[in-house]
Amino acid sequence: MDQFYINLLFVGASFALYFGIAIWARAGSTKEFYVAGGGVHPVANGMATAADWMSAASFISMAGLIAAGGYANSTFLMGWTGGYVLLAMLLAPYLRKFGKFTVPDFIGDRFYSKPARLVAVACLIVASTTYVIGQMAGAGIAFSRFLEVDKDTGLIIASVVVFFYAVLGGMKGITYTQVAQYCVLIVAYTIPAIFISLELTGNPIPALGLFGDHTASGMPLLAKLDQVVQELGFAAYTADVPNKLNMVLFTLTLMIGTAGLPHVIIRFFTVPKVADARWSAGWALIFIALLYLTAPAVASMARMNLIDTVYPNGTDAPSIQIDERPEWMRTWEETQLITIEDKNNDGRIQFYNDKADMSDKGWEGNELTYNRDILVLANPEIAQLPGWVIGLIAAGGLAAALSTAAGLLLAISSAVSHDLIKNAINPDISEKGELMAARASMTVAIIIATYLGMNPPGFAAQVVALAFGIAAASIFPVLMMGIFSKRINNKGAVAGMLSGLVITLVYIFMYKGWFFIPGTANLPDNVDNWILGISPLSFGAIGAIINFIVAFVVSNATEEPPVEIQELVESVRYPKGAGAAQDH
Amino acid sequence: MADDKSKAAQYWSTNLRLILGSLVVWAFVSYGCGILFRPLLSGISVGGTDLGFWFAQQGSILTFIGIIFFYAWRMNKLDKEMGLEE
Repeated sequence: MDQFYINLLFVGASFALYFGIAIWARAGSTKEFYVAGGGVHPVANGMATAADWMSAASFISMAGLIAAGGYANSTFLMGWTGGYVLLAMLLAPYLRKFGKFTVPDFIGDRFYSKPARLVAVACLIVASTTYVIGQMAGAGIAFSRFLEVDKDTGLIIASVVVFFYAVLGGMKGITYTQVAQYCVLIVAYTIPAIFISLELTGNPIPALGLFGDHTASGMPLLAKLDQVVQELGFAAYTADVPNKLNMVLFTLTLMIGTAGLPHVIIRFFTVPKVADARWSAGWALIFIALLYLTAPAVASMARMNLIDTVYPNGTDAPSIQIDERPEWMRTWEETQLITIEDKNNDGRIQFYNDKADMSDKGWEGNELTYNRDILVLANPEIAQLPGWVIGLIAAGGLAAALSTAAGLLLAISSAVSHDLIKNAINPDISEKGELMAARASMTVAIIIATYLGMNPPGFAAQVVALAFGIAAASIFPVLMMGIFSKRINNKGAVAGMLSGLVITLVYIFMYKGWFFIPGTANLPDNVDNWILGISPLSFGAIGAIINFIVAFVVSNATEEPPVEIQELVESVRYPKGAGAAQDH
Repeated sequence: MADDKSKAAQYWSTNLRLILGSLVVWAFVSYGCGILFRPLLSGISVGGTDLGFWFAQQGSILTFIGIIFFYAWRMNKLDKEMGLEE
């Protein structure tokens, strides 16, 4: 069967499943729309959280990042999982006990302040919109590569699918689709990894194969990889990082940013009890770890495979002839994600780090460039796996992008319909009216996200800086203080959020351009110009510390919060009574 | 809400101690073993590289899972002991 039809079959079957779930899980009330009725089993919620969390970036880009950076990019592995420890102990159980629908809901009530609620809504919308554009664009690329449609057409198909189950089912539809999407994406990620691990190391478990022996050379895989990349002039794969301060702060920013992202937090509002919220965080991390423990194996093995493809007889022997390059290279060249240029006209491909001088070998520059994102997508082809595995990867990449997009769109639309329309503009709106407003906000959010996916603005590429920076510097600290301190008052919270947010944004804009407009940066974005060697991507952790300090100082200089607020803080700390609080 | 104030205070301080202890382990495996102490652990080899590399790419994630389940188990038990469960 033609590869196109295999891909169509896999993607079509997975979409039929999502549609079926959407029809089964229609939302009839605002409670079902916002928090799936509050009756999701903790294991099911863990699975849905894993799909919600693992985006196109985790599925497609992360292994490519680790393959390129080696040890230095372990930050993503630790940073995108360590946040769940913070969620499980510092936020999820208490916010579940609070028992309302959105993250700004808690901030607005706890700090008895409309400005605090509105700042939270603004942070949520900017962070989530930045994030959702990447998902939509990722889905568009996956469609265009695997189903041979135009990128914009692919994007519109993706939007229609999300529209169908998100608008109809709200959180209820999204939850059960995410459970299905998790299954699709984890199978799609694991199967090619098992094949590749078997081929390279003889071990069927990729996470163990990573630390096993390379069958062809008999050496440990990582030692062999270190050797070949160094022979090609690259830094060793396992090389240590000199700038430890930046590595620590970047990891910390990713961790507290993860814990502060509203679309992740609201998943824990859907379980029945506080105890379930605690278990559910653990299940979520188990399901995430199934991919995150495999990803570093995929990364090193893909890098090894790519080098083996170019140098089939070792790095000392002549490299592959351009005319004999494999079919997958030709396919990806059409998308321009791989480019080959024979600089020294020897008819062969030289792939190396051309900062190293290799002119004694007659090499005149690196001749193969590739986009990091293709490593996972092209992996089955590089390893010459059967066609159905490629179809599986297509369905898996789309599942990862769509599940995260839907979760983000729900966070955005519930902030608009619940926090803006219901709480700020029209408190007398009926239950039915609010449900309609929620569906309308979701529709508008999807249309805007689709438009921005087609015409990505400058900030779209800055997900790590913008979304994690904002979540880390503004949302996480204020939530944590709201639970762990009775003394932080409305003024302290607003001052803390704004100072953390503004200082973080200024630091990012200084190096990346004001509002990401090209040419407006004050300083070149490199380690020589960073203050204390701290990258703008790592600054969210500093912003969070500033937020904590300002909130503490301002609160202590002003009056104590009212008694009923102190009682609210008491009540979220103890699990008894969470069931009653469900009746919002 | 707890029957008396001292019981509630005891519950909360036990929770805070548990969180603090868990966070120490959380930071030790990731920021410690995975990043800062990696040079100190370079003598211990694991599959062609060193222990610090393993902690950074796999060990810390496995420990995180352990921490969350330990915390959930311990707190859910405490809820019952104190009569604060739902």
